[in-house]
Amino acid sequence: MKRLLPAFLLMLGPCTATPALAQQEKSTAAFAYRQLDDAAKEQEARALMETLRCLQCQGQSIADSDAPIAGSMRSLVRERIAAGEKPEAIRAWLIERYGDYVSYAPQFTRLTWPLFAIPLVLVGLAALLLRGRFRRGGGR
Amino acid sequence: MSERRPAPKPARAPVWAIWLPLVLFLAFVVVVVIGLYRPADRTVASTLIGKPMPAFALPAALPERPGLKSADLAAGKPHLVNIFASWCIPCRVEAPQLGALAKAGIPIAGISVRDSEEALTGFLKENGDPYWRIGADDDGKVQLALGSSGVPETYVIDGRGVIRYQHIGEIRPDDVAMILQKLQEASR
Amino acid sequence: MTAELGLAALWLAAALAGLQLLAGALALTDRGAMLAGIVRPVAVVQGVLALVAFLALIAVFADTDLSVKLVAMNSHSLKPMIFKIAGAWGNHEGSMLLWVTVMGMAGGVVALIERRLPEPAMLATLAGQAFVSLGFYAFLLIASNPFERLSPVPEEGNGLNPLLQDLGLAFHPPTLYLGYVGLSVAFSFAIGALVTRQVGPAFARAMRPWVLGAWIFLTLGITAGSYWAYYELGWGGWWFWDPVENASLMPWLAATALLHSVSVLASRDALRAWTVMLGVVAFSMSMIGTFLVRSGILTSVHAFAVDPQRGSFILALLAINIGGALTLFALRAGTVSEGERFMPVSREGALVFNNVMLSAILGIVLFGTLYPLVAEAMGAKVSVGPPYFNPMGALFAVPMLVVLAVGPLLRWRRDRFSRVRRLLVIPAMLVGTGVIAMVALGGVALLPTLGFALALGLGWASVLPLKGRNLRRTPLPIWGMVVAHFGIAVSLLGMSCESAFSIEKLVAVKMGDATGVGPWQVKLDAVEPMAGPNWTALEARLLVRYGDHGKVMQLDPQSRSFWAPPQQTSESALLTRWNGQLYAVLGGEADDGRWQLRLWWKPFVPLIWLGGLLIALGGVLALFGRVASDLRRIFAREKIAYRRGRIAQLESSRE
Repeated sequence: MKRLLPAFLLMLGPCTATPALAQQEKSTAAFAYRQLDDAAKEQEARALMETLRCLQCQGQSIADSDAPIAGSMRSLVRERIAAGEKPEAIRAWLIERYGDYVSYAPQFTRLTWPLFAIPLVLVGLAALLLRGRFRRGGGR
Repeated sequence: MSERRPAPKPARAPVWAIWLPLVLFLAFVVVVVIGLYRPADRTVASTLIGKPMPAFALPAALPERPGLKSADLAAGKPHLVNIFASWCIPCRVEAPQLGALAKAGIPIAGISVRDSEEALTGFLKENGDPYWRIGADDDGKVQLALGSSGVPETYVIDGRGVIRYQHIGEIRPDDVAMILQKLQEASR
Repeated sequence: MTAELGLAALWLAAALAGLQLLAGALALTDRGAMLAGIVRPVAVVQGVLALVAFLALIAVFADTDLSVKLVAMNSHSLKPMIFKIAGAWGNHEGSMLLWVTVMGMAGGVVALIERRLPEPAMLATLAGQAFVSLGFYAFLLIASNPFERLSPVPEEGNGLNPLLQDLGLAFHPPTLYLGYVGLSVAFSFAIGALVTRQVGPAFARAMRPWVLGAWIFLTLGITAGSYWAYYELGWGGWWFWDPVENASLMPWLAATALLHSVSVLASRDALRAWTVMLGVVAFSMSMIGTFLVRSGILTSVHAFAVDPQRGSFILALLAINIGGALTLFALRAGTVSEGERFMPVSREGALVFNNVMLSAILGIVLFGTLYPLVAEAMGAKVSVGPPYFNPMGALFAVPMLVVLAVGPLLRWRRDRFSRVRRLLVIPAMLVGTGVIAMVALGGVALLPTLGFALALGLGWASVLPLKGRNLRRTPLPIWGMVVAHFGIAVSLLGMSCESAFSIEKLVAVKMGDATGVGPWQVKLDAVEPMAGPNWTALEARLLVRYGDHGKVMQLDPQSRSFWAPPQQTSESALLTRWNGQLYAVLGGEADDGRWQLRLWWKPFVPLIWLGGLLIALGGVLALFGRVASDLRRIFAREKIAYRRGRIAQLESSRE
């Protein structure tokens, strides 16, 4: 029951899923594999977990990983949501510790603004190309 | 429609649009060349370096030794905080180096992650026990609070409880001098 | 012996590719014209030799010849035969050999059957194909020889990743490769067209079956890959926006755009430069995707060891091939006119709009996939995942889907929207109803709501082009379009339902205890050990029942341990009903003897892949239709030629 890398990784070469060595990693994280009783809060926690990156397996969100550290992270998320913390506050707490890497949802920062500018650039390019086309093409 | 007009000038794509794909591709090549030739640093470092140790209080991992509170680490003297576990193979590799550091008089606080008392006792018996205190982080929460992404990791904490350095992975024999150096810097 | 035979065939094939390039290029000049005759035969023989090399590799894998390094590294004598064979391409060297084999054979087929293009364009195309192949031959022979011998010969092989010991995954990579490499033909045609400045309907018609074929394989490959990720990974996810997935999606997006612009070029002689451009881009995306995965530059820590030599080699190939093609494009496209004109509201207008939207999505995916690399060059680590790709993709996908519903109803060249307005009343109402229904349910996020509503409207609108037609006389390509567009609606409906209605249950249960997930009752009946050919497993027996009165059925999720190499996987168990899928995974045993179960009820989730299959089926119908009409045209031409010949004969005999 160890984490597996996305199956797509396999399409082009050897990959290492976790070897089944004698790893007796024993977590007492209460909510690693247990849902919150409050369905609305569980949904909120689930949505957040899907956007946090597992630190060990790295190609997966903590919602899709069997790595023990992902279990600890899930438990942390669920406990804090249950305690009434807002998902974005939990994300910020983790980013404070691990940097932007831990969040699959890029934050708008000095470093990541191009990610949010690119759709505008694409719209602009498309508009320029299409406008030119139709102005000329529609001339008659 | 039947009226014949002189054929209009054929429409062509603008010049910038024709060269744009090549320009973008060259940008791609540049980015990839940088990515391919820079040394692959695939570790996830803590961003808490230079910040105070987050507050925590861990219960004792072994009955005869006290647990670990963040306040223990702000007692005026630099410490090492070693994140380890009995299930982690590199931890065995670094055990002699930790032993040497402990012998040099460095207080090493251990945080054992997702571990059990029996396994830990066996591990320490087999690999030596350099630890001043060992806190049991059985659910991994303190590991997360410290921004640690794996085991083993070693933090250098100065006398005011500020994190000065994070060593990711096992301490190899040739890392010991560097760790001592970091401790020296932390005591200033 | 077999290995040496394979290596010899590979060297010969490479030499022939060199000859094909030289002869093809020289034949375009005045002095080399006499070389024109040898280009086609050389291309055919090159393809055959590549196939011989590939078969030789399969043969050494089938006998587990451990003196071949690749076999020793990747195979094991205990493996079932089918996985030994699949092991031949389940590794770097083998998959590159598969790549050149498919490429060589595709070139051979083009050389054998394509007669519509003017001869110079054909020669340039084959030379282009040889040029690209040559790079890959060099890569194989210099940097990754699959037939390298090993001494001393080891006792036993290293085994194959257990995840690859799955029939689906064994055939998934070759499917994608057929798609990738099929696009190389489009690329070569584009080069041929640029070199000879012959961009027109004939070029588009020659290219179209290859684009269609490649696109069908890509669609199937992505659909299958997504399904295997879904059941193998054991967490119920089916698309992760992982770099490797993106690497397979990008060529598909480009090929989809190309497919549509090729149609416009073939039937209306418009979009000339744009189509050539997409022909270059589509194969470029295949190569870039392969490079990103192969070089390990984007994938995570422990997955691949970055091999700078191989990485640089592929990068050099990329730079030469793509950079060269784009330079040629930039130099020549200025002299290619855009062709026939059309109005914004017309079939062409809708196709252009959707081409632009597809390209924009491609841009988002490419940029988002590469951005972590850019950030790293600036000294920071960022992650770009679903929360970025989903909304940004939707930004362009939503307008595209709206236009997709309307476009096929419009006439070529110019039309009025008012003409089709009445047809669109029902789809518009369906969209409205869908939105209202989802809002009334409450708690459904924006994207699933939009997806659900659009899927309903598009599902209706996609069959409208059949309205008023005699169904038995409707040409196959029209059927193909309708089926593929309907497939998009089906797939979208599945995605939206999965995202909006999935129910998850994580529980620890005692033996004999029951639990529920959605409408299902699940009882843990037993957990028993069992043994497979090269693994052992714990298998749970779950007795499940739908509703209160359903029939009791059995599900057997496993937790498997492989020993060559040692590794654990979880085999999920799925139960499919018409209205969804029950997904069960066996987790670990807790200290108190309870077993961890992960259960999901995913309403309508199979529609995602059913839709994918429909899209591919649409492609198959269109391909059959095109090939059939091409064949008819060829026969008709031969008949005319024959009659003309007869008439000439008669006339001459009368004289």
